[in-house]
Amino acid sequence: MSALALPLPRRRVLPGFGLSLGISLTFVSLVLLLPMTGLVGQLKGLSLAEYWAIISDGRVVASYTVTIGAAALAALANAAFGLLLAWVLVRYDFPGKRLLDALMDLPFALPTAVAGITLATLYAGNGWVGGLLEPLGLKVAYTWVGIALAMAFTSIPFVVRTVQPVLEDLPPEVDEAAMTLGASDATGFRRVILPYLWPALVTGTGLAFVRSLGEFGAIIFIAGNAPFETEITALMIFVKLQEYDYAGASAIASVVLAVSLALLLAINVWQGHFIKRLHGGRG
Amino acid sequence: MTLDPRFPRTLLAIALGAGLAAPAAAAERELLNSSYDIARELFAAVNPEFIAHWQESEGEDVAIQQSHGGSSAQARAILQGLRADVVTYNQVTDVQVLADDGLVAEDWQQQLPNNASPYYSTTAFLVRKGNPKGIESWDDLDDEGVEIVFPNPKTSGNGRYTYLAAWGFADNQFDGDEARIQDFMGDFLSNVVVFDTGGRGATTSFIERGIGDVLISFESEVNNIRGEYGSDDYEVIVPPVSILAEFPVAVVEPNAERNGTEALAQAYVEYLYSEEAQRQLAGFNYRVHDETVAEEFAEQFPETELLRVEDVFGGWDAAMDTHFGSGGQLDQLQRR
Amino acid sequence: MQRIGDAPAVRRLLVGAAVLLAGLFLLLPLVAIFAQAFSQGVGVFWSNISDRYALAAIGLTLLIATLTIPICLTFGVALAWLVTRFEFPGRRLLQTLIDIPFAVSPVVAGLIYLLLYGRNGWIGGWLDAHDIQLMFAWPGILMVTVFVTSPFVARELIPLMQAQGSREEEAAVTLGAPGWTIFRRVTLPNIRWALLYGVVLTNARAVGEFGAVSVVSGAIRGQTMTLPLHLEQLYQDYNAVGAFASAALLALIALFTLAAKAGLEWRTARQEVTP
Repeated sequence: MSALALPLPRRRVLPGFGLSLGISLTFVSLVLLLPMTGLVGQLKGLSLAEYWAIISDGRVVASYTVTIGAAALAALANAAFGLLLAWVLVRYDFPGKRLLDALMDLPFALPTAVAGITLATLYAGNGWVGGLLEPLGLKVAYTWVGIALAMAFTSIPFVVRTVQPVLEDLPPEVDEAAMTLGASDATGFRRVILPYLWPALVTGTGLAFVRSLGEFGAIIFIAGNAPFETEITALMIFVKLQEYDYAGASAIASVVLAVSLALLLAINVWQGHFIKRLHGGRG
Repeated sequence: MTLDPRFPRTLLAIALGAGLAAPAAAAERELLNSSYDIARELFAAVNPEFIAHWQESEGEDVAIQQSHGGSSAQARAILQGLRADVVTYNQVTDVQVLADDGLVAEDWQQQLPNNASPYYSTTAFLVRKGNPKGIESWDDLDDEGVEIVFPNPKTSGNGRYTYLAAWGFADNQFDGDEARIQDFMGDFLSNVVVFDTGGRGATTSFIERGIGDVLISFESEVNNIRGEYGSDDYEVIVPPVSILAEFPVAVVEPNAERNGTEALAQAYVEYLYSEEAQRQLAGFNYRVHDETVAEEFAEQFPETELLRVEDVFGGWDAAMDTHFGSGGQLDQLQRR
Repeated sequence: MQRIGDAPAVRRLLVGAAVLLAGLFLLLPLVAIFAQAFSQGVGVFWSNISDRYALAAIGLTLLIATLTIPICLTFGVALAWLVTRFEFPGRRLLQTLIDIPFAVSPVVAGLIYLLLYGRNGWIGGWLDAHDIQLMFAWPGILMVTVFVTSPFVARELIPLMQAQGSREEEAAVTLGAPGWTIFRRVTLPNIRWALLYGVVLTNARAVGEFGAVSVVSGAIRGQTMTLPLHLEQLYQDYNAVGAFASAALLALIALFTLAAKAGLEWRTARQEVTP
């Protein structure tokens, strides 16, 4: 995204600087930044102590734990699952490969509300999958496992689609190097290939994590919404809104927003840094 | 990308058809009724009757639009500019919010009979066939091993009624002994297995997902559910003591004035008190005030002592502050 | 040449695991949607999607998507051109700013628009006084949809335009070609597939957005209900089959999106092989 693979042209040889700057700035200010003032306006009405009281309330803090815990579990599961899928899609030919590849984007294309009611239907105790799991003592719907499941579903493409292109570009010499070392597949993968995939894998997993923090539509149908146990932070915002407490909603929203933006920025910077190093090494 | 030159015009047509109410095209006047979530079927049945009634008495064709959602979210939308002409809610507080903002007359509860509530209901239980846990009243609900489903009192008016009914019962039972009431409420709340955000979500959990031993909701709703899902699989239990749930209506004056629908809006809310409307309401399992109709449907509604929020909690404002506000009684009971 | 993981046993194991997991995790939900939608036969499905409210919801959803795309396209292309073709202070910041919609929970996105343009907001108060209604009408739904979909086109274009560099365009400048011609003749052919891909993603999200739209919609049946909102109301009304009928429509759009995307990728791949 912020890869500086090629040197940028010298200043303004090309036309259209004014026009594109004008459109971009107008759009960014009107569509993205101006509405943010509404949020800031609400926060200004709170004293620091009030703000702190809202965001450190026991139930809200419990919702952070649930959200972050489930998002972390979902992201880790997706890191493994996504890596497997990317690997299979790039390295092997098999019947149905194109179909599997297309299927990877389904969670992005499917509206979250649809995903929510479908997952809840499937994984409830009387659903197709839930009915099989429940006798084994595995409850998914209405537990935090269900929350993690919904998060994993909506964010799996991030991992697959970031790892896939890097794996495609992996030069054959890398494999050769591993083979000549006489290493086993597992060792070769771990020692030689994984270091190459690492940046993409971390980026993809990070994006999946950020996405999971804010997800609401898909989760709300499958979470039990029990206080301290299966309430997510997005629900806390929703609850505050029901109480006409805009300031409270804005306060909690600001925490999620700050964490998400910080993570995104970190991913952007880290990725830029890594790609530069990678290109430096290769060039 | 090349676009068909006729495209913008098609687009405009869609815009006028679907997006805008196309004032030029629709000559008839429109009334927008902002209502609570579970009243869709009700008003889908009542509105055509009112339209016919208005046509008969005034000789004018009118259209009625409906907006449904969580009652608080609906009121919030009006505060933020939704141009609803009338509100028909299941929470006194949600109309009061509008009155506080000057959108509804200050004395709205005095403007129509029965605190501006044309119909009422109470909180009742739906249990599975044969009532295996033997649930007859509120004091069966704090027993260990009873699994309860009702919507979150924080997000749902329906859930708030259930909470207040349980509290009111305990208040009676324990003679106002605060410690024992809280004990009871703590046990009661910890038996809740799913806190859905709204009444219908709770029903889905109970019916479709098969969760819990008892669903608590409005009496009207549990009867409708039983009608919908079969009287063989579920039983309705109306506890001997429960809460009076009012369904207040009001005209949103500035909006009606702006839309030129003041008389129409007033006629609409008054129509809900008419005998034919009351009969329809009773058909949807709401309790009504009209004596003739109430008698007709008497056996449908078991006698039960209905506590008033005003009497037990000193009014809605006090109840909201003490129980449902941030750090209030509910938050404390759920703290662990 | 032998590569890591090429042993037939490993290969079979990994492919098997991937297909099984993807089938359970991704394909099964898709199957479930259609199974539910048609569980009472095609007739019921048809009557569910052809009723007055369903048709109005479909119309509004299509309207919002068709208006969102050109707006996001213009912005995306302008921004990508700006940050990949020019060096200026604040470039990196601008690139992070366009990610804001990814960081904002959709419900919050709806809320911030409501706080600003609602009757009590500082712009909304003025609008209300002048009898202009944005929130709780289609313009409000359009505004929040543009907000949540704004990064997609730019996000697709920026890496590609960065990788391609601007040598071709610079050459065209030296030949004296005017700006628009350069864009149309040189840049556009290079980025058209990525551009279309961005449009496909924008469309998918515009059609399916729920959280943000639900806050600003006002939920007036037959007027301000999009297809996802309509679906949720049916679900709330115990009409699971009806809800899944709408879900099936949305899933069909999703499948169309996937097919379009797969097709685009295939063309791009061919283009790379035979330039």
